[in-house]
Amino acid sequence: MEKTPNQRAWFMVLPVLILVAMNAVIPLMTVVNYSMQEVFYGTYSFVGPRWYIDVLHSERFHSSLIRQLIFTGTILAIEIPLGIAIALAMPRRGFWASVCLVLMSLPLLIPWNVVGAMWNIFALPDIGLLGYGLNWLGIPYDFTQDPAAAWFTVVLMDVWHWTSLVVLLAYAGLQSIDENYYRAAQIDGASRWAVFWYIQLPKMSHVLTIAVLLRFMDSFMIYTEPFVLTGGGPGNTTTFLAIDLVKTALGEQDLGNAAAVSIVYFLMILLASWLFYTITMQRKSR
Amino acid sequence: MAKITLQDLAHSYFPNPMEATDFQLKPSINHEWEDGEAYALLGPSGCGKTTLLNIISGLLVPTRGRVLFGERDVTELPTAERNIAQVFQFPVVYDTMSVYDNLAFPLRNNKVAADHVDKRVHEIAQMLDLGAQLDRKARGLTADAKQKISLGRGMVREDVSAILFDEPLTVIDPAMKWELRTQLKELHRQFGHTMIYVTHDQTEALSFADKVVVMLDGEVVQLGTPQELFERPTHTFVGYFIGSPGMNVLPARIEGSSALVGGHEIPLGRSFSAVDGSEAELGVRPEFTRLNSAREGLPVNIRRVEDVGSHKVVRAEFDGRQVNAIVGEDIEIGADMTHVRFDAEAAHVYANGWIVDSDQRRRRAAGGAH
Repeated sequence: MEKTPNQRAWFMVLPVLILVAMNAVIPLMTVVNYSMQEVFYGTYSFVGPRWYIDVLHSERFHSSLIRQLIFTGTILAIEIPLGIAIALAMPRRGFWASVCLVLMSLPLLIPWNVVGAMWNIFALPDIGLLGYGLNWLGIPYDFTQDPAAAWFTVVLMDVWHWTSLVVLLAYAGLQSIDENYYRAAQIDGASRWAVFWYIQLPKMSHVLTIAVLLRFMDSFMIYTEPFVLTGGGPGNTTTFLAIDLVKTALGEQDLGNAAAVSIVYFLMILLASWLFYTITMQRKSR
Repeated sequence: MAKITLQDLAHSYFPNPMEATDFQLKPSINHEWEDGEAYALLGPSGCGKTTLLNIISGLLVPTRGRVLFGERDVTELPTAERNIAQVFQFPVVYDTMSVYDNLAFPLRNNKVAADHVDKRVHEIAQMLDLGAQLDRKARGLTADAKQKISLGRGMVREDVSAILFDEPLTVIDPAMKWELRTQLKELHRQFGHTMIYVTHDQTEALSFADKVVVMLDGEVVQLGTPQELFERPTHTFVGYFIGSPGMNVLPARIEGSSALVGGHEIPLGRSFSAVDGSEAELGVRPEFTRLNSAREGLPVNIRRVEDVGSHKVVRAEFDGRQVNAIVGEDIEIGADMTHVRFDAEAAHVYANGWIVDSDQRRRRAAGGAH
């Protein structure tokens, strides 16, 4: 049978092309466009890199970036070790393993704004179980007034919401370890610590890499939960990058500035993820 | 080091075993592993050899019976307190450690002095030809090298009661297999550890072990030296499983001091009154089966001749049953070679699979007991 050259097959990929364009390329290019222009009541004028220079010198951007880094660092430092510890403590098979898995999945299934609302009510000093309880115990606690209390609540909420993800990933990593490794370690007289350090941790390293990457990116972009819980306050003390960005763009209608922040923000996440991925892959191939 | 004794052992993976078929190891296994001997546990897949090995190493607690190391009852003791080493079928290495640290690991866990650790690791590494790789990470090595590390970790400790091997050469390249097996034998000779080696490969078992334990369906069917297994298999399975090709087994009727196979009389040279006049089986290894042109013995149809270099294997058939014979390389197999005859002293009688003692042998055994 003769084959005739036929380029019409390209039309088959058109739907995907349109979808990707609408979803990612066009919005991104719109933002790039905004970041180079001054928009003022329907008049547009090209300003070059001015917004970028502004953003990089902005006191406000610097402080929300620092807050963001402290937040992400804190929750990674808590959620990764805690997640591993919980995964290690979970039963490996049987009825209770399933029960644990279901319980662990629950926080992940709750919509993010509901998580924020739940914790808001839970932590209210006058009616919430946590807020009222702490004050009743004589510990002064009011997350709407006290920055330290606000930070404590936001971090606690994130730990509650997302540690499960680390647990599930670490648990999957642990389940994939062959029984013979434990047997061999037993025969070699290895301590519990040695089993963790030389068998479990190396075998989990791949999934933990994914866990750190996911938690880094997600927490770096966190918006909904702290927005509902604290609204970025008291003052600006829990205003992380995304909250600040929305304030600039929608609250202050400062589109050029916000667009430049978006692009810088996007590049930071891209860079961090790329660095992380490259370093891990290098370590793996060595 | 100590003698290992199994008393009335049975094991089932079911919580409440009722039938004999519920048992992975059928009641009851009584067995002694002499101190310093090299044993092979041989049997087909699923016969219970690994289960038995795990009971000895303490990874499994048997449903019934006891395990003694010397005079000490270790049935309930965990692996770490039994002081044994075990090498598994698939290589187990600690990925993040160097080869050196892998080999040193069991010693360091037992608080052995650093200079002695160093000496032992170098000895073992040299023996297994790992010397050049000591500083490398274990992660990137080949399966062969990883399994060598596993073997090395098993043998690095000098004070172990026994070293158990669970089909350790499965993943090893065939050329390397021979070499490693020779090294294991050398190590056994040098250090005198009790070694128990599980395998389903008869060549491996026979070349490694002083004594071979043959298992079938959760039972020990024979324990003996390779020579005993060859000359007097106590079960038709042993005869069939060991040897290439395996033993010829033919249905026979025992009449006095001969067997009737399909109407042909085969002289046995001794009587078997336990099965006299009843149906039994005759078992003769191909090595003792003589092809001849003198029309002696059973008439057979030759199907094919395999020349393996050192000898020829003749695949023949009698009454629909395979009868194999091994003949010398220099013998021409002519069209007139239509009969096989058996060496009388190498022909055994079996009933329900188990060997039947001749009257002479029973008298000797009875005499010996007095």
